[in-house]
Amino acid sequence: MKAVTEREGSVQPATRKKKKKGFWATFKEQKILYGMSLPFIIVVFIFSYLPIWGWLMAFQSYRPGRSVFEQKWVGFDHFVALFTDEKFYLVLRNTLAMSFMGLIVGFTIPILFAVLLNELRGSVFKRTVQTISYLPHFVSWVVVAGIVTKMLSVDGGAVNQLLLWLGIIDQPIQFMAQGSWFWYIVTGSDLWKEMGWNAIIYLAAISGIDQEQFEAAKVDGASRIRQIWHITIPSIAPTIAILLIMSIGHLISIGFEKQFLLGNPLVVDYSQVLDLYALNYGLGMGRFSFGTAIGMFNSIVSIILLLIANGVFKKFTKQSIM
Amino acid sequence: MARTKAAFKPSLSDRVFDIVNYTFMTLVMIVTLYPFLNVLAISLNDSVDTVRGGITIWPRQFTFENYVQIFQYEGLLTGAKITVLRTLAGTLLGLLSGTMLGYVLSRVDFQGRKFMSTFLALTMYFSGGMIPVFILIRDLNMMNTFLVYIIPGMVSAFNVFVIRSFIDGLPYSLQESAKLDGANDFTIYYRIILPLCKPVLATIALFLAVGQWNSWFDTYLYNGSAPHLTTLQFELMKVLQSTQGQQSGMMTGQNMAEIVKQVSPESIKMAITIVVTVPILIVYPFLQRYFVKGMTLGAVKS
Repeated sequence: MKAVTEREGSVQPATRKKKKKGFWATFKEQKILYGMSLPFIIVVFIFSYLPIWGWLMAFQSYRPGRSVFEQKWVGFDHFVALFTDEKFYLVLRNTLAMSFMGLIVGFTIPILFAVLLNELRGSVFKRTVQTISYLPHFVSWVVVAGIVTKMLSVDGGAVNQLLLWLGIIDQPIQFMAQGSWFWYIVTGSDLWKEMGWNAIIYLAAISGIDQEQFEAAKVDGASRIRQIWHITIPSIAPTIAILLIMSIGHLISIGFEKQFLLGNPLVVDYSQVLDLYALNYGLGMGRFSFGTAIGMFNSIVSIILLLIANGVFKKFTKQSIM
Repeated sequence: MARTKAAFKPSLSDRVFDIVNYTFMTLVMIVTLYPFLNVLAISLNDSVDTVRGGITIWPRQFTFENYVQIFQYEGLLTGAKITVLRTLAGTLLGLLSGTMLGYVLSRVDFQGRKFMSTFLALTMYFSGGMIPVFILIRDLNMMNTFLVYIIPGMVSAFNVFVIRSFIDGLPYSLQESAKLDGANDFTIYYRIILPLCKPVLATIALFLAVGQWNSWFDTYLYNGSAPHLTTLQFELMKVLQSTQGQQSGMMTGQNMAEIVKQVSPESIKMAITIVVTVPILIVYPFLQRYFVKGMTLGAVKS
């Protein structure tokens, strides 16, 4: 900031008016900066802000080919239809169930993984594990869904083979055909794909811990587990807190990729989530207004969750992540 | 005495801990790698023989026939071409928008700074939703065009902020002395900022390229009826989903999935999976040190 005021001072002679330079004068002076940024800002406006305007559709009976002013207004009809649709509560249950399972497993296991990885002594082994653990992150959900379906298949899937060999089951489990397995399959696939990747941030936090603390603890005869509990975990607690708030903000917007790719008609009562519901009803059946109402509900709940999480965070740490 | 001894000689509980830990990590490696090795082995196995089952990580009847087969499908060849094109174009555009906005927003004297930062940051917390975006794309006549792959997602607020915080960390004196030499803002960006940003750009480029390479939903939603704009992931999705008997509504009479199904399901499917996956897997270990840094920087600042 200091540099700026000095610079402005030198450009503006003292004899000029005390007032700051006008908007257009500065605009002209910074035209190159505007030229470098405005085109992209316009793209953002078109593709991120204009669709918000489309929310009006949720209060209209949308017919293609008419402008937004020519549509018939129907008030909250679509929301009433949504909240009285029994299917909606099933979909909401699925969304919340998979969100919470994903949050609990997808949040805690990477921390554990990072802590344990840090305890490995051999650096070659450590690096190998780490590199391999990133691998699934770079693979698309299409491929992961294919792999998961293959591993869980009834004829020759690795998981069923292993369970049979261990004698835990005497005939293969139809994982992909039973709704009761679906939430676990989605949560497990997500963990398999992202565990190593999500651990990166914690590893970085752990590597910042002062090594002398560990040395001192060792001299005092603290076991490895006690060192983890009393030094490692408390040191990365702030990082954990921030990432927890961020995941809560994204709780309900879990997307639909996994559910779309792993689901099938047999498990639809467990696989249908809000976005998929909007996709099927809105685009599949041409009920654009109804689909928009679903999307709107989703966005509003997300924002409320984020605000609550941020508020709680602010209260405890006097910091804001927004 | 006892204390120093304890420091050098691991106690029993520590040894148990180590054994458990090493076993756990070995299991993690097996669980992560086995599926890929299994897919690779099946893709290299004779397709008729595969039906007998029991392939683990080594092909029983080794052959390249499956790969020869899949490269005769029109869809896969077009898909490969379009995927490479969108990855290149999308990554370049993403880097251009990210660095330009990142630079401009790092300039404290820029008067649009505050407005633009907020304008961008807000997009990280809300979105119009799938259907309004779909209708917008349709109204803009971007359905069945290549542009739909690279334009709507061109600017990523997250990437802009990662790059901006990197530029904030560079010494400001470099820019000042360039300015005294008469360089304009674009020259400073192009000659000074860009070369210094290489490490962060490697990370962002990797994220962008992986995102482009792996996306299939935009093809499904906007270009599903344009075979000349198909992508690898979309083709693989169709093939994999066909056997599960779902999405039957979108299957056309003689699409690739049908043909593949007739020839041989398993080995062919796995060969396509390998073709779609391998390019990314070859690149990522080399960029590892960059993305670890990038991830940390991004998370701390946002």
